[in-house]
Amino acid sequence: MSDLDPLRLTALEAKRLLVEGEASAAELTSAYLRQIDAVERRVGAYVQVCADDAARYAARIDSEMTASRGALAGLPTAIKDNMLTLGVTSTAGSRILRNYSPVYTATAVRKLFDEHIVMLGKTNLDEFAMGSSTENSAFHTTRNPWDLGTVPGGSSGGSAAAVAAGEALWALGSDTGGSIRQPASLCGVVGMKPTYGAVSRYGLIAFASSLDQIGPLTRSVGDAALLLRHIVGGDSSDSTSVELPSRIELPSAERLDGLRVGVPREYLQAGIEEGVRRRFDETIALLEELGAGVEELSLPHTEYALAAYYLIAPAEASANLARFDGVRYGYRAPDCADLGEMYERTRGEGFGPEVKRRILIGTYALSSGYYDAYYGQAQRVRRLVKDDFDKSFAAVDLIVSPTSPTVAFGVGSRIDDPLAMYMSDVCTIPANLAGLPAISLPCGLSDGLPVGFQLIGPAFSENAILAAAHALERAIGFDPAPTFRGGETVEATTEATS
Amino acid sequence: MTGWEPVIGLEVHTELKTQTKMFCGCAVAYGDPPNTHTCPVCLAHPGALPVVNQRAVEYATRIALALGCTIRPRNVFHRKNYFYPDLPKAYQISQYDEPLAVDGVFEYWVGEERLTCRINRVHMEEDAAKLVHAGESGRIDGSDYSVVDFNRGGTPLVEIVTEPDIPSPEAAGELLRQLRTLIIELEVSDCVMEEGQVRWDANISVRPAGADELGTRTELKNMNSFRFLQQALESEIPRQIAVLEAGEEVEQETLHFDPETGSTSPLRSKEEAHDYRYFPEPDLVPLEMDPVWVEEVAAALPELPAARIARFREQYGLSRYDAFVLGHARPLAVFYEEAASSGVDPKPLANWTMGAYLAHVKEAGLEPGEGFITPARLAALVAMIAAGAVSGSAAKEVFARMVEEKAEPAEIVERHGLGQISDDAVLEATVATVLEDNPDEVAAYRGGKTKLLGFFVGQVMKETRGRADAKRVGALLREALGEDDT
Repeated sequence: MSDLDPLRLTALEAKRLLVEGEASAAELTSAYLRQIDAVERRVGAYVQVCADDAARYAARIDSEMTASRGALAGLPTAIKDNMLTLGVTSTAGSRILRNYSPVYTATAVRKLFDEHIVMLGKTNLDEFAMGSSTENSAFHTTRNPWDLGTVPGGSSGGSAAAVAAGEALWALGSDTGGSIRQPASLCGVVGMKPTYGAVSRYGLIAFASSLDQIGPLTRSVGDAALLLRHIVGGDSSDSTSVELPSRIELPSAERLDGLRVGVPREYLQAGIEEGVRRRFDETIALLEELGAGVEELSLPHTEYALAAYYLIAPAEASANLARFDGVRYGYRAPDCADLGEMYERTRGEGFGPEVKRRILIGTYALSSGYYDAYYGQAQRVRRLVKDDFDKSFAAVDLIVSPTSPTVAFGVGSRIDDPLAMYMSDVCTIPANLAGLPAISLPCGLSDGLPVGFQLIGPAFSENAILAAAHALERAIGFDPAPTFRGGETVEATTEATS
Repeated sequence: MTGWEPVIGLEVHTELKTQTKMFCGCAVAYGDPPNTHTCPVCLAHPGALPVVNQRAVEYATRIALALGCTIRPRNVFHRKNYFYPDLPKAYQISQYDEPLAVDGVFEYWVGEERLTCRINRVHMEEDAAKLVHAGESGRIDGSDYSVVDFNRGGTPLVEIVTEPDIPSPEAAGELLRQLRTLIIELEVSDCVMEEGQVRWDANISVRPAGADELGTRTELKNMNSFRFLQQALESEIPRQIAVLEAGEEVEQETLHFDPETGSTSPLRSKEEAHDYRYFPEPDLVPLEMDPVWVEEVAAALPELPAARIARFREQYGLSRYDAFVLGHARPLAVFYEEAASSGVDPKPLANWTMGAYLAHVKEAGLEPGEGFITPARLAALVAMIAAGAVSGSAAKEVFARMVEEKAEPAEIVERHGLGQISDDAVLEATVATVLEDNPDEVAAYRGGKTKLLGFFVGQVMKETRGRADAKRVGALLREALGEDDT
């Protein structure tokens, strides 16, 4: 089938084509592999493309799995490289894991394998998901398919770029402070962070355990619902996972009559670019046209959320990343004289600068004598941020904001200014602190670059969020095909192995 | 050394004998080939997450309840952070300021004295893996290389922390012995010391006798021998006293005890102490302890040694010490109670159980209850003594022969002619012979040395191989010696 358009095809449509026999899994997979051949050298979405395995598996689905196909059989999928895939190198974008071959598969990925998805490859990310641009990847910087001189956002920048560039039908990402929603916003795709606990974290290489969630990056809201449906659920291997109160529905809402939507004024004071603000206001107007009631509200502790996040996340990370010590797997510095040198050099050579920065911040925040002033205080702020949301959701059904204060920024423009980089997540972090579900969907362009619109709901309100986002998506009518302007070949700074 | 008193506190670590590890499904096993009980969780692979072993929580709760602790309704696991190759996550999942249980008390005996020690807390954690250092030193410094066996890594551990209530090294040793017995009886750990299934840290300080304030303490880490602990404490107390008497201050430090020299030396000082950076384990949710479940665990506890000892005093009329010896450990207690159930007089039975029987099992390397001497057989022997069928002294020979010949007491008496002689005619003849053979002693007796009566009784017993009724012999002797006088 030559008329498959990998830039516009949705998963729901692809599934229909496969089920009705209008396309084969092999044809679908080869369409995406061809697109990877065509653009990957300029985009660099992947750390590793599994072209042969993908093609072989797709052919097997066509020939052998005629009767007992899974619900997602044959759908070409990209997986962020911080999720473990048995026997397929999983690096977390780090030199310390560049040759790490997992001994098991992450629960969320296994659930997709159980439904017979085709894994196209593992996507690039900021090292250990720490960053907002993929510039912290130990391997290379992924480029934004809309403008190859700009970043795709991060940390799930590889997954977002892969979906936007038609290098995957859809993808899994992970979101600790906005790592799904911010790159989705910058790349003009849909990205959803589920309620904390909705998706098992087993096999997700941990960054910050109390904040990390796996979620979908897709070309449509309906696709996000479909992918989410198949990864949620309680997992006996993850004590923090829970069963959703109801099944994820495919959204069909066209009107939003009676929906109460709140706009937190604090989110609009956070250095929002003019073009972003304009698209946001237009989208608010669309919400009203669809029948929703929009009101301003206040989330008064928003200004402290970023600071709290940058204590809690590094504190947890400092412990989570301590296991990378060169003893059992991963990189070990050669020719060390003693144990101390092995630890120091393995971690000194294995981790990049942003990861080291956060380990140091986190270690400091947990130190005896500082714990209460930093980690303890941050946890108290976290509680207040959550209370703000709880109070607001007594009055409104959903809270909306721009996803990112800016559109995609130039490669290299913020890498030496960590604080400016941290500001990228100012609108997304509060949902992680409060454990709430949130989605970003494209709401138009500013200077030719996508703008994202965020909807946040109460815990386990995924269906309500998806329904509203779906109605809004229809009304916006965003064309997801990117422009691929500018750009050159992406050069790997370090070679990832496959 | 007078004028000073030591104050000792203990931290006891016990490995639980659950089927699986604390946070994963790997088997808890001893002596298997290295690294055969491992998985992504206990090897700390990326992305692996802990899941609490409910059976371990139950076992820990049993210990806490047996120590009279209050089970806290909500308890939290923390991460204790430090780097070492035997700790694959580089943090140990432990409990910190919200432990399983607090505020208990443990009663124990030192000789005939009953002491109490307050329990500060009982908490759950996981054990580290086992390091093996190649090379002569056996320590990590200077070894050619080191290897890690992760089989033990993640084994459930319970830590019991006492208050500093222990008044002497001897008391510390007794407390540990009796606490170990209690844990074994709770069927939550075998406490095999050679396997490191139970180990302890001690902290020790001295203060002017009768003072309320505690002195600066030092710590003795990771000991698993009662004797070494006692030796270490016995060497540390005079060291601290000497420091204080010289007008200096004891430094807070961790000490290493060298069994070869019998002395302690500093391992690391307070300045080098770890900052463990405890924080709540975000991969686990707090444990909410269902009070109904806790009640069920409490109700299912076996009778505990302290209660049993009290009952023995009451039910069998035993002295406090006898009740302790017989009642503090289940195997001997069970043996004694089974023997007593036959209806024999419990007091002589207690003496026989603590005396000949206990000596026999110790010598034979048996546990009470094992071997040929069953409760019924010991009871039968005691019953024969009470009935006059065998004398008290001949019974000792009967007992020894029962062990040797594996035969019933009646059969032994029969086979060896050990029955008691109460026939006056027989006894009088023996008395006459003894007096005839010892004319000097007879003269002395008659001259007023009446204490010699015991000597004559002894001679008669000897002649009859212990079979004579000693009471009757005494009477006959007095009669014979008096008669001659007239």
